[in-house]
Amino acid sequence: MTTLPETTDKKLGLVIDLDTCVGCHACVISCKGWNTENYGAPLSDQDAWGASPSGTFLNRVHSYEIQPEAGAAQLVHFPKSCLHCEDAPCVTVCPTGASYKRAEDGIVLVNESHCIGCGLCAWACPYGAREMDHAEGVMKKCTLCVDRIYNENLPEIDREPVCVRTCPAGARHFGDLGDPDSAVSQLVAERGGVDLMPEQGTKPVNKYLPPRQKDELGTTGMHAPRLDPVIEDAGGFLGWLDKALDRLPGGAGSASDSETR
Amino acid sequence: MTLQQPKLDTSPHVSDEIRKTTCYMCACRCGIDVHMKEGKVAYIEGNRDHPVNRGVLCAKGSAGIMQVNAPSRLRAPLKRVGPRGSGKFEEIGWDEALEIATSWLEPLRRDAPEKLAFFTGRDQSQSFTSFWAQNFGTPNYAAHGGFCSVNMAAAGIYTMGGAFWEFGQPDWEHTRLFMLFGVAEDHDSNPIKMGIGRLKARGAKVIGVNPIRSGYNAVADDWVGITPGTDGLFILALVHELLRAGKIDLDYLARYTNAPVLVNGDAGSPEYGLLMRDAAGKALVIDRATGDLAPFDQPGVRPDLHATHTAGGVTHRPVMHLLAERYLDAQYAPEAVAERCGVAPGKIRAIAAELARVAFEEEITLAREWTDFRGETHQSMTGRPVSFHAMRGISAHSNGFQTCRALHMLQILLGSVEVPGGFRFKPPYPKPSGIHPTPHCKVTPGKPLDGPHLGFVHGPDDLALREDGTPARIDKAFTWENPMSAHGLMHMVISNAHAGDPYRIDTLFMYMANMSWNSSMNTRGVMEMLTDKDESGEYVIPRIIYSDAYSSEMVAYADLVLPDTTYLERHDCISLLDRPICEADAAADAIRWPVVEPDRDVRGFQTVLIQLANKLRLPGFTNEDGRPKYTDYADYIVNHERKPGIGPLAGWRQGEAGPAHGRGAPNPAQLEQYIANGGFCVKHIPETCVYMKPWNMGYQAWAVETGLYDSPQPYLFDLYVEPLRRFQLAAEGHGERQPPDHLRAQIRATMDPLPVWYPPFEDSHVDAQEFPVHALTQRPMAMYHSWGTQNAWLRQIHGHNPLYLPTRLMQAHDLREGDWARVTSAHGTITVPVAHMAALNENTVWTWNAIGKRKGAWALSEDAPEATRGFLLNHLIHELLPPRGDGLRWANSDPITGQAAWFDLRVKIEKSAPPPESQPAFPPIDSAVGEAPGDLAWKVGK
Repeated sequence: MTTLPETTDKKLGLVIDLDTCVGCHACVISCKGWNTENYGAPLSDQDAWGASPSGTFLNRVHSYEIQPEAGAAQLVHFPKSCLHCEDAPCVTVCPTGASYKRAEDGIVLVNESHCIGCGLCAWACPYGAREMDHAEGVMKKCTLCVDRIYNENLPEIDREPVCVRTCPAGARHFGDLGDPDSAVSQLVAERGGVDLMPEQGTKPVNKYLPPRQKDELGTTGMHAPRLDPVIEDAGGFLGWLDKALDRLPGGAGSASDSETR
Repeated sequence: MTLQQPKLDTSPHVSDEIRKTTCYMCACRCGIDVHMKEGKVAYIEGNRDHPVNRGVLCAKGSAGIMQVNAPSRLRAPLKRVGPRGSGKFEEIGWDEALEIATSWLEPLRRDAPEKLAFFTGRDQSQSFTSFWAQNFGTPNYAAHGGFCSVNMAAAGIYTMGGAFWEFGQPDWEHTRLFMLFGVAEDHDSNPIKMGIGRLKARGAKVIGVNPIRSGYNAVADDWVGITPGTDGLFILALVHELLRAGKIDLDYLARYTNAPVLVNGDAGSPEYGLLMRDAAGKALVIDRATGDLAPFDQPGVRPDLHATHTAGGVTHRPVMHLLAERYLDAQYAPEAVAERCGVAPGKIRAIAAELARVAFEEEITLAREWTDFRGETHQSMTGRPVSFHAMRGISAHSNGFQTCRALHMLQILLGSVEVPGGFRFKPPYPKPSGIHPTPHCKVTPGKPLDGPHLGFVHGPDDLALREDGTPARIDKAFTWENPMSAHGLMHMVISNAHAGDPYRIDTLFMYMANMSWNSSMNTRGVMEMLTDKDESGEYVIPRIIYSDAYSSEMVAYADLVLPDTTYLERHDCISLLDRPICEADAAADAIRWPVVEPDRDVRGFQTVLIQLANKLRLPGFTNEDGRPKYTDYADYIVNHERKPGIGPLAGWRQGEAGPAHGRGAPNPAQLEQYIANGGFCVKHIPETCVYMKPWNMGYQAWAVETGLYDSPQPYLFDLYVEPLRRFQLAAEGHGERQPPDHLRAQIRATMDPLPVWYPPFEDSHVDAQEFPVHALTQRPMAMYHSWGTQNAWLRQIHGHNPLYLPTRLMQAHDLREGDWARVTSAHGTITVPVAHMAALNENTVWTWNAIGKRKGAWALSEDAPEATRGFLLNHLIHELLPPRGDGLRWANSDPITGQAAWFDLRVKIEKSAPPPESQPAFPPIDSAVGEAPGDLAWKVGK
């Protein structure tokens, strides 16, 4: 049993926009690349070119279909990584203290030198956000790029998680969700950001922005502008055309037919 | 345990050095920062300064590190020692490899250069490879556009002097409504994602038109799950609605398009339907101010969309009349098209209304003074903030050319091309179709070809026919079967060469084109053609040279393999002469350079071509004293001049007053300058010239200064494409060059100068009752063709490809996720695993493209899911349509451009007992590179 800090100075986390995520997996692979080379053991791959390739990823994109009662089915891309919960059950379940939540920024990390690879934390996490690395035998998880966000060897603009830096659609945002004035908190307020599975009581720091209403064009009850026909056939069109051209600046015509013999 | 927080080093060493080059994991060409540790690639991220991706990078780009270490990399030149297709090779040295190639090529060049067929796949060096082929003297050269998206390119260039693709972009900053048709993921992929993100961030709307609601369509605010092959009909219904409501931009149409140009109305004339011109050849309009005929570009003229011209009792009407007459017809009413398109009439109406509302009620005005080509100065630029993008989804049909034309017509009617908020060209476009080269095919043994192979035809006189009227090219490009085949027909090369039709060849030389697998229709047939022998026991296609970086399926079918480098080990130029990385606001080009040296005996293919050119002493590569001009590709990039002052790279040339971008003499330090600048060069267009480019004399002057062309080239958009009409006239019996009789009806019907829709050809060659389902492929965002499929990281995302079925078909065939189905077309049968997808057109099935692999290829183990559960739809598609009793075999292509009609495919579905693996299964080929290791933990730093 490992203790959580009573409070954290900041609540660093991600805001993920499900209205914008196109499901391209850019975040998945940039995360794999950075975290293979950086914090802790490399993210290994078993049977990498074989029948059952299986590697460690700290971030994955799942896709879900939604079938509304009326209208077309929808597809939602859902990136998922550790949500850096305030009441993180993966920390409290850890028998060695390897899993911990940082007091200064709320990031949940694994101290790999204390991890015995028992896997209890992965069982405790209701989100399935932790993955055991089979080469190293230690538990891996999103570090929120703790080795980037304060890294003085990086230009200031790059001190953000790689998944945020790389996201082509700009669907991922990083910041302090404990500060109501931060850009991420404002975005959550504006767009009605939600917790993932709040009933679990984990108080996740990461937030998801829900997809906007879709498929409104042409549905009944929609107050879309309608086009008023001004023309019924090609003959009518020509009459309209001549009048419309007259209305253009300098448009008054001199003759509707020129003749040469 | 109590809280015991370890002390972390939050500022670890990131890398020893960053080397900036250009990505090549797809055709998008983003800038990348390659982080090096101890001389090895440690990490790849996007380059924030780069005009294409501005720091972001997709999954493919970040996985590039797994491409440099891929076990499938070829290691040395290979000489075939077993039967073709077996994969049995011996490694040889480069001297021997080049000697073999030269011994094959030299006699061909001397005696019959056309016996070399040189076709390149997905390279980005076509201005170089075509220059090589031209100097060799063969007419048989093209790249892969014919089986990719030539409809999009050709329709765009003929209609508006530029195409979507990577040659234009929506005005992401100003557009308020973005409509996307069936987009492939490999062109402009990061820019489109970035653009959609920007629209979403400010609440602008996206409409997606695609039978499959994945990717961009999944985030679209409105989805049109259209029936494949009916996009053109849907678009013409939108046009019908807009015309009926008078919601078209008359001022724009009158000034900038050929809508007011008069069309010869004399039905008895050999010029019937051609545009009326003055003695100087200028298209004629009627000046609304004077009522007189005037050349379209005469200063002060106000072209009249309404007035007609009568001469000799015949009335000649402007294009606008013909256009209105056609599309106001009730056959284009929403009710009339709804069932075929699978889109409700109310939805079509609502989309037309929304397009009109945004275009005309949310008009944008930018206060920027500019002067048009008639000499009129405007104080501002008017924008219609509606923009469109489309790619292979609408173009890979036999009606694709005209569908792309229809979409361009829609944009132009709305006045939304090259205006604020609309679609914008990127340099070197806009460029009128008339200043592109025409095709050249005149062969003289021992000499170069008489000009560039590929180009744009303007009538029957430009076709690539020999004196006896037979096709000059092995792929039959630019013939009556497909007159406007601007990119050639790579997909027909092997079958024509095998059939000896129009003639036999000796050596097939290909680069990065997986023709014995996912890049061919009728894959099994192609394998048989490549291995077929004649009565004397010789291969029907006598010699095959192939270059690739990886152990692809095609390697096994070569007699000589020239191993290429990976993209991080080579020089390349992403050139303004070819397919640059420009933005709508700037000209830009880029390089690749060896950020790591190869650890194998491989050479960049372009360097190998130069070494071959030097051995063959090809004229363009040899000085007058007989010495080679270039030692390698880097030398060529810097020192080659296409014409004085114009070379492959526009940046840091030697101008009169020091280094300049655009025109100038070669600069020996040019590549160093590019590397110092992050691998690219950007030259911005002045602010008053970034819109209205085809008509903006400020832009025209800038384009001349930059070397895009040699004199200003303002032009009108061609709603009515006159070259199409010239082919129709030939089919009606006019002119010297006449089509064969069996093609007359097809040419008359399809080569209509105004956009027209006709059903995909397959619909009339197969029984649509028996084969009621449309079958498509899509390209995943995280995988590109066969380039990345063996990538250790990406294959964990897309390691196999089920066939996705809509709810209706899953239920109708009693199928559940994980079941297998037999899928049959008129050509063949496959048996494959299925999965359910609800967000899908109810008559359409689809799968991911090119995930299926052959056993033995790509250094994958033989039980890899790509080989056991993966599959290709290619087995169901033939390059010819099935016979229909007229004694002819019709091409499965667009009849105008020859583009492979991949997406016309119709199938039937039956539930099947699970076979041991996807069918058809082919015997394994011997791996040219051995087997890959099992596990991977790639960390290069300490």
